[in-house]
Amino acid sequence: MDTEITLRVDGAAHPLTVDTRTTLLDALRERLRNTSPKKGCDHGQCGACTVLLDGRRVNSCLVLAVTVGDAEVTTSDGLAADGQPHRLHRSFVEYDAFQCGYCTPGQVCSAMGVLAEARAGWPSAVTGDLDDADVDLTDAEIRERMSGNLCRCAAYANIVPAVAAVAQAEGVRR
Amino acid sequence: MTTIDRVVGAGVDRIDGPAKVRGTAPYAYEQDPGEPIAHLAVVQSTVNRGRVTRLDPARAEAMTGVLTVLTPDNAPRLAEGLASDLPVLQSLDVAYQGQVVAAVVAETSEIARAAVGAVLVEYAAEEPDVVLSADRQDLYAPEQVNAGFATDSIIGDVDQALGAAAVTVDATYETPTQHNNPIEMHTSMARWDGDSLTMWDANQGPHTIVNDLAKGFGLDRGQVRVISPYVGGAFGSKAFTHPNQMLAAMAARVVARTVVFELSRQQMFSLVGHRTPTIQRVRLGADADGRLTAISHEVVEHTARIMEFAEQTATPTRLMYAAENRRTTHRLARLDVPPPTIMRAPGETPGMFALESAMDELAAALGMDPIELRIRNEPAQDPERHVPWSSRHLVECLRTGAERFGWAGRDLRPRKRTEGRWLVGTGVASATYPTRRRRAQCRISVDGRGRYTVEIDGSDIGTGAWTALSQIAADALATDLGSIELHIGDSRLPRAGGAGGSTGLASWGSAIVLTARDLRRRLDDEYGGQLPADGVSVDGGVEGEGPHAKTHSMHAFGAHLVEVRVDQDTGEVRVPRATSVYDGGTIVNAKTARSQFLGGFSMGVSMALHEESLIDPRLGHYVNHDLAGYHVATNADIGELDISWLDEPDELANELGLKGIGEIGITGAAAAVANAYWHATGLRVRDLPITPDKYFRELDLA
Repeated sequence: MDTEITLRVDGAAHPLTVDTRTTLLDALRERLRNTSPKKGCDHGQCGACTVLLDGRRVNSCLVLAVTVGDAEVTTSDGLAADGQPHRLHRSFVEYDAFQCGYCTPGQVCSAMGVLAEARAGWPSAVTGDLDDADVDLTDAEIRERMSGNLCRCAAYANIVPAVAAVAQAEGVRR
Repeated sequence: MTTIDRVVGAGVDRIDGPAKVRGTAPYAYEQDPGEPIAHLAVVQSTVNRGRVTRLDPARAEAMTGVLTVLTPDNAPRLAEGLASDLPVLQSLDVAYQGQVVAAVVAETSEIARAAVGAVLVEYAAEEPDVVLSADRQDLYAPEQVNAGFATDSIIGDVDQALGAAAVTVDATYETPTQHNNPIEMHTSMARWDGDSLTMWDANQGPHTIVNDLAKGFGLDRGQVRVISPYVGGAFGSKAFTHPNQMLAAMAARVVARTVVFELSRQQMFSLVGHRTPTIQRVRLGADADGRLTAISHEVVEHTARIMEFAEQTATPTRLMYAAENRRTTHRLARLDVPPPTIMRAPGETPGMFALESAMDELAAALGMDPIELRIRNEPAQDPERHVPWSSRHLVECLRTGAERFGWAGRDLRPRKRTEGRWLVGTGVASATYPTRRRRAQCRISVDGRGRYTVEIDGSDIGTGAWTALSQIAADALATDLGSIELHIGDSRLPRAGGAGGSTGLASWGSAIVLTARDLRRRLDDEYGGQLPADGVSVDGGVEGEGPHAKTHSMHAFGAHLVEVRVDQDTGEVRVPRATSVYDGGTIVNAKTARSQFLGGFSMGVSMALHEESLIDPRLGHYVNHDLAGYHVATNADIGELDISWLDEPDELANELGLKGIGEIGITGAAAAVANAYWHATGLRVRDLPITPDKYFRELDLA
């Protein structure tokens, strides 16, 4: 069955007709040819398809396109405002926080989510005091919070400082 | 000419980095073929051995949006002579579970996947034979093992020496089936223009894929073009052609449209290879001072019924340590499993787990420091080929590693350190990987303004080749990086071997250096050192191994030192910190090389603690065939890594003095973790992975 929807992606609105079985990931990649989010498992297990949905990170392979509604979809490519790389983009390159680069746009979107979640005081599995309104985004917190994004090249030891440097620069508590 | 600083050695940022972090670098699926794309999805065998007795595509064919269903009845015929897993849809016989028995081509991916479920297939099947054991009666010796090594190597009288040894170790180590699982799933997009085929494909070497497509479809190589500028990880599974390339080309021909086949993650467990499980018996004999007198390493592993792949598991044991009496053997069982293939450091990865674990057990039996034991058995020359090393700095790696890690003063006894619930231990293992060079051709052109174009069919599967080759070219041409335009990952470019065997920079880099030298000579000789207005182009390359490969033994070496913590209450294993020191010859790019080393080591931690493909002995399928069931290390699994290398170019290895570093990091890493685990707990887990339950299993046995 087909349905007409409008997807708002990286600041532009795209009216399109989709099969109701179409995931947000496939709508982006196969219909809009926005291939910044990647497919690594199609089952919410690897994180390569991570995008921001109204600022919150989601696995776009687990979201049906018809459920997105008016929410704003942001891909890693969309973080580059006016063609200029985002601070996270520069930091990932500087720290060599990737190798093949395939999981990387998902890692970048996830890192955006981590920074926002830490600012909002959301605890993680390694947060000491769950009642504390503030979170210190330590290296251990970054490792834990970035663990939904698999990197088979295992650039993890470089992803941590890449995210930490941006947290530092943006005044997120460390 | 102005003096230009060398850029080889510098930690230059990846030139493909800005596009990759934004997600705009086009991987295979993301290329624009210039027309609407049809989607292919496959029906896979649910039995391991037998024959399709009924195959009815009618319901699938009737679905709106389905373009065709390919079956052995109607699929195009492929020519003979292909590797035996490539003639897809050529017969009704089934040789492994997951084999493609039909393929649907449809307007969208949703329709294609839905139609797969509508194809009716029935089989006549035999019981699957999928369980490897060392006492199978049908084990056989292959003619040779992978990379052309001898199956067996026997020197002296090992059994006599073991009988006479003051101290011996006799232990059996097991590694499970592992799957490469690059995060980019294998993807092939095919388009025909008349009798010419273009394929955008995820692989480690476009020329390899061209060869098989040309052979299978009866084409000249010039009629096939494979384009692969960006590849989302590979680790060996993308080295050779698999059924996906044949299928995409077949389907595109039938529907006369561009067709894309992107495997599902589950299909990555049956269609593109895996690392064999191994059962390795290692016996070491030493005198009371720890000098080895005998080394025996006997390997049992599997291969597929339809195709032989013999992992060269015991080959590192042929060169690591001195001993007069030596034996290494490989025996295979042919099972009803998908064809195995190469996976990062085939041979060295499982083999060094066994050898380096056994060395640790010997050190414990001798009451000797395990670093000292290795130093005491350092061979002055290759102990089996009896030729000198081109360079070997294992001892320096071990000593430097000990210093950086803080090894001195370590209590030799296990289970002596606790911090709260955690048992804490440290361990060491050596690393090694062969240094090789393959044939590579190259073209370098310069225009009248001093802009250089370097063309070579190399691949960047995440190694950093885009950047490192540009650096090599800049230095060889005495220009700056900004004046180099590199083209790789396209079979139209001058032919080179794929990214594999850690040979990339040794082969492609040497070809660039030699071709650049020719170009500069021509500019000097014919143009008086001036750039002609309409430019010059020179072809060159290397033929393969250099002159010293026969007279010298060439290998990279390294040492890993690891801290392990084990939770006494849960058996959880953590690796909070590790030091690795490498003897990798010249380091071309300090930033990307460090990434290769730390990525390889981290994959070794993943192997030690997590990775295991479980096959159901009754039903014959990989039970945990996705990334929720097949665990790989996540960010939180990797601790602080201290990576360094010796600054020791290997002058005999190749034009650049480099040894190849893409694979050495994983070798020995799992042994270092297992040895530290023993030091923490007093328990020796000899079957990977070291999952929490095994702590309690070993505790019960102890």
